[in-house]
Amino acid sequence: MLKKLKLYLDTNTNAAPLAVFRIGFGAMMLASIIRFWSLGWIDKLYLQPKFQFSYYGFQWVKPIGNYTYLLFALCGLAALFVLIGFKYRIAIISFFLSFTYIELMDKTTYLNHYYFISVLSFLMCFLPANAYFSVDAFLKKTHYKQIPKWTIDVIKLLLGTVYIYAGLAKLNSDWLFKAMPLKIWLPSKYDIPIIGETLMHKDWFHFAMSWSGMLYDLAIPFLLLYKKTRTLAFVLVVIFHVFTRILFPIGMFPYIMIVSTLIFFDAHVHEKILNVFRQLLKPLKLKVEQPKTETYRFSNRKIIIPILALFFAVQLVFPWRYVLYPNELFWTEEGYRFSWRVMLMEKAGYANFKIVNSETKDFFYVDNLDFLTPFQEKQMSFQPDFILEYAHYLGDHFKSQGNQNIQVFVDCFVALNGRMSQPYIDPNVDLYQEKESFKHKNWILPFNDEIKGL
Amino acid sequence: MLKKIILFVIVVAAISCSSSDDNGGSNNDDGFDRTALLTNVADNIIIPAFQDLQSKLASVDVATTSFINDKSTGNLDALSDAWLEAYKVWQHVQIYNLGEADNLGGGERGFVSFFNIYPVTVADIENAANTGSYDLNTANYHDAQGFPALDFLIHGIATGDSLPLDKFTTNSDFEGFTTYLTDVVTQMISLNTAIVNNWVSSYRSTFIANTDSGLNGSFNKLANDIVYSYEKDFRAQKIGIPAGIFSNGGTLPETVEAFYKKDVSKELSLEALTGIENLFNGISYNSVSSVSGSSFSTYLEFLDREDLVTEINNQFAAGRNAINGLNDDYTQQLSDNSIQMTAAYDIIQAAVPKLKVDMKQALNFVIDYVDGDGD
Repeated sequence: MLKKLKLYLDTNTNAAPLAVFRIGFGAMMLASIIRFWSLGWIDKLYLQPKFQFSYYGFQWVKPIGNYTYLLFALCGLAALFVLIGFKYRIAIISFFLSFTYIELMDKTTYLNHYYFISVLSFLMCFLPANAYFSVDAFLKKTHYKQIPKWTIDVIKLLLGTVYIYAGLAKLNSDWLFKAMPLKIWLPSKYDIPIIGETLMHKDWFHFAMSWSGMLYDLAIPFLLLYKKTRTLAFVLVVIFHVFTRILFPIGMFPYIMIVSTLIFFDAHVHEKILNVFRQLLKPLKLKVEQPKTETYRFSNRKIIIPILALFFAVQLVFPWRYVLYPNELFWTEEGYRFSWRVMLMEKAGYANFKIVNSETKDFFYVDNLDFLTPFQEKQMSFQPDFILEYAHYLGDHFKSQGNQNIQVFVDCFVALNGRMSQPYIDPNVDLYQEKESFKHKNWILPFNDEIKGL
Repeated sequence: MLKKIILFVIVVAAISCSSSDDNGGSNNDDGFDRTALLTNVADNIIIPAFQDLQSKLASVDVATTSFINDKSTGNLDALSDAWLEAYKVWQHVQIYNLGEADNLGGGERGFVSFFNIYPVTVADIENAANTGSYDLNTANYHDAQGFPALDFLIHGIATGDSLPLDKFTTNSDFEGFTTYLTDVVTQMISLNTAIVNNWVSSYRSTFIANTDSGLNGSFNKLANDIVYSYEKDFRAQKIGIPAGIFSNGGTLPETVEAFYKKDVSKELSLEALTGIENLFNGISYNSVSSVSGSSFSTYLEFLDREDLVTEINNQFAAGRNAINGLNDDYTQQLSDNSIQMTAAYDIIQAAVPKLKVDMKQALNFVIDYVDGDGD
């Protein structure tokens, strides 16, 4: 067994797929940063809010005023360096750190897609993605045409994990037997050409989409792995992601996934792609001395392999942490994030905060828009950790204004996947006295229904 | 092989890019008929209400002219009657911040800024009457025009006076007050006329044709308007703020609607609720027999959410019931028993999650523009 493992770790393969992956990743990230910036979202999502919702333990990560733009610029520059493979190691580490910092600034903007980018860029810090067809290799006059096979396989493994966990998460009664939330989302897309008026409101279509989405997620990693089904699988990848792009506002993510899955193809496909780039670079008339061709060797493999083994162990176990919490996961969202649960819920809430003086019993209600952006209010209204953090913010705010004996209560209603809204938080619990922790929040009221499945 | 893949990706990407920006889809024969909904709402609810306001404001204008020609108590009472009739109709149109109304530049409150910002700032009116220099189009005068300004001019007593009528007769600025009265009425008529003309001449067809599912689709705007109007114009302004729900330290009787006329605040609240209920159920503005056409209730029923329609209508009925128990004069109610007003607020409030959470989820419309990416 150990021998086999050692043999596997020593196996080498063509470096082209990893080089193409690096170029694609860098290009997509650069485009994402430019898009984010040009849409004015840095200002809108990070600078305009008076208050940021923090991840537990990361309260110190905050936007840094106008320097936030600099942070995005650094992130974009790092992506560009990754793209061209210049000072790759520093570039990818800078990218990972700056991108992750950006995501930690406010959990209102949490998306599985962003988490995926953070995780993937962390992994890429350990990979020799600049070994071949990069500025680094050009300057060093050494092309490593062969790299360890595992450095490509880990990316496939990560992609496979994301898909399969996303598929497993769809194995629940709402998704499969009620076609929720697609039944809510699809009919409102009636203005899409052709299918908008003919399919989007049909019951069977909602079920067909739910089931095929689930099957797609569970099957696609395997279809991509086997040579015979690979081309078909890639066609499916393109169709699936483009279709989700048409239906939902999911930004760059579909394109990132399409480009990423190219890594499953054989090296000769990637050589052809690199040849296209070589043609494009020809006019530059770079003086190419015949570079030395060598096989890449890790000098610190003994450290890197255990780190990556631990990394994948965490990736595989972490999404299951929700089983440690009581009540319905979709309702409490305890253990919901960082688990590849994508598009599973249409959840909306309404939270009306009441500030009470415990001595005089005087009270007044808060207008959330005095403190939060509409986007923050929307996200806060159905997530218990947001509600708690905001309650403390309100309590502190009114204390600083000279109010005394402050109690903070909330009247909160939440509707999940088309069920009638029901009370969400115990209205008699003074949230100002409750503390954030990883323990179960016993002031979340029970869910009046059951969702079966994983 | 590679070329085929690249070609394939380009073609699909091109389709996705072009279609995501497309605004097509005008008739939706197989799904819910949005055109019918928008047509019913425009033709039977919105336009007749604005037209009725136009005729009621014309009556205010006539009464104002009569009063200025003969400044008698009787003529001032006649003006008060005309004012109340128009004010009641206003409660029905205030929901529709659409088309020209949306273009008037009223800021956060939309065209309500020019018609019904209260409490009115009396000092601004007195200062205007004294100096003669003011511009009703500026944001400074949003709280010194429209129905609340008329309320003060007709029923309020200016500094140093003993009767409402004195403003126009014995007050040293009586000419200024008279001019201000005319200017306020003229402003209301000209703005409402612009809104009505815009609806009739062009906006009606634009509104009905825009069956887009996006933020700027007519239905989406209408859905936002009904939620906003219930929450802000009705719940907060008429009941919540006077009852002291949003402020620290007691009730705020000076913030009730029609503060100077006093005994009509309940009547106006009930009209506002009727306006919202009628829109929700698609009931024609002019109909005597509650004839209903396509609207929110129809759409929810189409989506098999009869339960929600019943629930929301029950909440409306409960709210009406609670208001009926209040004094005609809210300032009186607040001094007699403010707890009852707070209790009425709680009942009215209970409909907000139904509209903002359940109805929003069922119809999947966009509340407040949030343009970040989704998962």
